[in-house]
Order: sequence, then structure tokens, then C-alpha cells
Amino acid sequence: MADTNSNLGAPVVPPISWRRRATDNLMTGLSILTVVIVLAPLFAIFAYLVYKGIGSINLAFLTQTPKPVGEVGGGMANAIAGTALILGIASLLGVPFGIGAGVFLSEYGRNRFGDAVRFVSDVLNGVPSIVIGIVAYGLVVVRQKHFSALAGGVALAIMMIPTIARTTEQMLLLVPQAIREAAYGLGVSRWRTTLSITLRTATSGIITGVMLAFARVAGETAPLLFTAFGNQFWNWKLNQPTAALSLQIYTYALSPFDDWHRQAWAGSLVLIVLIVSAVAAVRIVVRRGKLAGA
Amino acid sequence: MGVGITVEHLNAFYGKTQALFDINLTVQANHATALIGPSGCGKSTFIRCLNRMHETIPEARVEGKVRIGELSVYNGTSATQLRRRVGMVFQKPNPFPTMSIYDNVAAGLKLNGFRKRKQLDEVVEKSLRSSALFDEVKDSLHKKSGASLSGGQQQRLCIARALAVQPEVLLMDEPCSALDPISTGKIEELIFQLKEQYTIVIVTHNMQQAARVAEFTGFFLLGKLVEFDKTEKVFTNPSDKRTEDYVTGRFG
Repeated sequence: MADTNSNLGAPVVPPISWRRRATDNLMTGLSILTVVIVLAPLFAIFAYLVYKGIGSINLAFLTQTPKPVGEVGGGMANAIAGTALILGIASLLGVPFGIGAGVFLSEYGRNRFGDAVRFVSDVLNGVPSIVIGIVAYGLVVVRQKHFSALAGGVALAIMMIPTIARTTEQMLLLVPQAIREAAYGLGVSRWRTTLSITLRTATSGIITGVMLAFARVAGETAPLLFTAFGNQFWNWKLNQPTAALSLQIYTYALSPFDDWHRQAWAGSLVLIVLIVSAVAAVRIVVRRGKLAGA
Repeated sequence: MGVGITVEHLNAFYGKTQALFDINLTVQANHATALIGPSGCGKSTFIRCLNRMHETIPEARVEGKVRIGELSVYNGTSATQLRRRVGMVFQKPNPFPTMSIYDNVAAGLKLNGFRKRKQLDEVVEKSLRSSALFDEVKDSLHKKSGASLSGGQQQRLCIARALAVQPEVLLMDEPCSALDPISTGKIEELIFQLKEQYTIVIVTHNMQQAARVAEFTGFFLLGKLVEFDKTEKVFTNPSDKRTEDYVTGRFG
């Protein structure tokens, strides 16, 4: 074989040495190890939550409001609803602004103003969540003279925007210029192309960004402390203090009562399950709309 | 029906770099015109000036006059209006990956606000038939993505997509450079049929292709139009020495 190679003038490839094989195996082993290390805490947390929390989840927990101090029983139904309400408001405000900013950065932001927006957005991403809470307090609570679901939603929306904006920008930049040109070539205007072609092509990536932002703020407590504030009762009004799972967990976990501790564990488990199911549901819906070969 | 194209004193720039120098030529209606020349000579830039695609690149600009039929391209016509009458097929097939085959072809009409279902169906079928793709895809029009087709099929899909908006001129920027000889053959056959209805300008690196499909040929070199004449004359009896060197393979 080696002779044939040299006859053709091609360099003879030496056999793979044991050292290269060993390095190959070592690197593969290391990368598997890092995956295990990264995933281990996630599974450990989830397993521990199930272990501590599953016993306290029952119909009452999911359908009743908290019982007064000293009484055993009751549940977090109002907090589950409150979290859903606040996250709904946050998504309603945060997703359009985030995607809009991302579109601007990718399609019109190749200039100094765009660079400034990118910088500000990255800084905003690093602002501690409690500070965002204070901002929402100043913007909404002080004016309304009320703690409210709206204030909580605004705080979480502000936290969602930079993540969504930057991932949207990255995903749109991945859409080949040739796809945009194809649309221009058909006499489609620029805004139409952005809306119906570029955004649509990048949809699955943008949804990943939205879900990341959503999952990140879903469990936030600090920005809700003095915005949504918490509530022992049902509330569906946007301008009234509203319970949230994370707030309820915080209050109950710090309390001196064993029953509240158990409920805090159960609340944590419910919160994680809700986030995971919300993300999974969106993924399934998106996948269903896909065409063969897309 | 196709319309003719007149180009007068066309200069094109990318920032400070001049890419085209004083181009003058006339393209006959309902004929195929081929543009040849070595890489980087300005053929693609030139063809992109005809439908104002050149100016979508940051800092690119154009000077001079281009008329397509009675339309003055750089004077009082909006780029989107113009592009509906001047279709374009690109070097690399670029179907919209998230759209079905049907939606790819209907895209030009739908995105411009045309929504009559029955007429859309007719236009899509007619366009796919014109690009000789209909029989291969008729069973999966709505089921498959445009990106799931083979390279040659994708390019014919892009031609169908361009035809669906019923342009008068079809610009083709090296439409066969990513295709195998069989797909290339199909597209050349297609160009032959399409000339009856459209004016075709095709950029190509393949001189045999130019000789096969086009009645007129222009030779570009370093941003200048060196020679423009009947294809036969350009290939057998060119009047410029540089053209002769290029077509006989002495350089480039």
C-alpha cells in the first residue's frame, strides 16, 4: 500500500501512534466528564426538591390560599396564579421590546448608535435584579401608590429585554444575506423582508432566546419584593399587590414554622415543574409547525 | 413580453473603489445576452445595477443611466417597483428555508399583498411548469420545505419564484455554477424557452454556456466592457485582442 502511495507522489501517511490514540481518548473522556459535572447539580437539585417537596403537594396546596399563621394546611394556589399573571405581563412587555431591539441591532444597527445600544443592553444584563426592582418601584409603584402585579411584570420585563435583544440580534445575523436578497429581488420591501422572511427564518433561535429569558426571570424574587409585594389572597387586578411563588417560598422558608417550610419545598418543586413545562410546551408547538426538510 | 435595456455611462463604486467604468450597452428584448469575463471583472456588479441590488450593499453607489423598457431605473422609480419587473436568479440557490415549495413560488405575490387563493394556485403551477419542476414536486407542494430539494431543483424553484411575479426581464447571475452538468443542461434548455417571453441577461464563467444560450455576448475586463457583439462574432472573430486572448484561453 505504502508503495502505491509513493508511486503516486503522495506523502505516505504514518500509522496513528498510540500517543495520538491516548490523547483522543483522554479528550473525549474529559469532555464527557465536564458534561456530567455541569448536569449533576441540576439533577441533584431536582431530585432533592422532589424528595422534600412531593409529600406536601396535594389538592389543597394547588387549590387553596394560605391559612393564617398558626393554622396547618392551606396552599399556594393564589401564588401560582400570581406568578402566571406577572410572567404574562412581563412577556407581553418584554418580548416585543426585546425582539424589536434585536431587529434594530441586526438590520439597522451597524453604526455607532447600534454599538451604544449593544453596550447599554449588555450593562443592563449585568445590573443586579434588586436594582431593577427599585427602578420598577420608582416607575410604577410610586406613581400608582400601590404595590401591583403590573409593577412586578415591568421589573421582570426589564430583565428579559437585554437577553432577548441580544439573542434575536445574533439569530438574525445568522440568516444568510442571500435569503434577504432573494426577497429584495422579488420586489419585496425592506420592512416586509425583515418581518416575513428574516424573522421567520430565525424563529426557532429567537424562541430559544425568549425561553431563556423567561426561565431566568420566572424564579426571580428580589425584583418582586417591593413591586408585586405578595398577597395572602386571590388577586386578578393589575393594580393590586399580587402573590408570586418565589415570594411565597422566600417568606415561608424564612419563617419559624415547620409546616411553612414543607410548603416552601412544595412551592419550589411546583415552580420548577411549571417553568420546565412552559418551555417544553413552546418547543412542541414550534416543532409541530415545521415542514419536512426545513 | 420582454423589454429592452439601455445602459449609458454607468459607473459603480464600492466605497472609494470603482468597480465599473463607463459601461454603455443595449440589450435586445426577448433575447439572451451573456456576460463573460474573469472573476472580479464586474459582471456581477453590472447585473446587480440593473435591478438596483447593488445599492443594498453598504456604501455602494451608482452613477449613470439605465432604462428598462420605458422605465428609468435610477430616476423616479422605486427599487421595489422596479424589482417586480426585473426578476433575478442568484449564483447559489436561495429558497426560503422555512417556506413550503408552494409558498416559495407564491412568496413574491403574497408578500406584496396578493392573496387570491385560486389565482395563486394557477400562478404557482404555471411558474413551476415553466421552470420544468412541476412534475417532480407536485405531490409535495405544501408538505416539503424549499430547502429539502436537491441543488438543481432548488435553482429551478428559484427560477419559478422569479417568474411568478411575471417580470419582463430575468437576470441570472451564474445560475449554474453550483450545479452538475445534468441540472445545468435542464436550466439551459429552460433559458431557451424563456427567451420567448422574457429578456434574459446571464452572467457566466462557462464560455461554452454563453455560446450555447446567448445571441449576444459582452466581455468584461477590470470593470470595463471590452467588447459587446453577436455571440458568434465574439467567439470566432473578436475585434479586440484581449477578447481573443480570453476566449481562446490564453489568459484568465
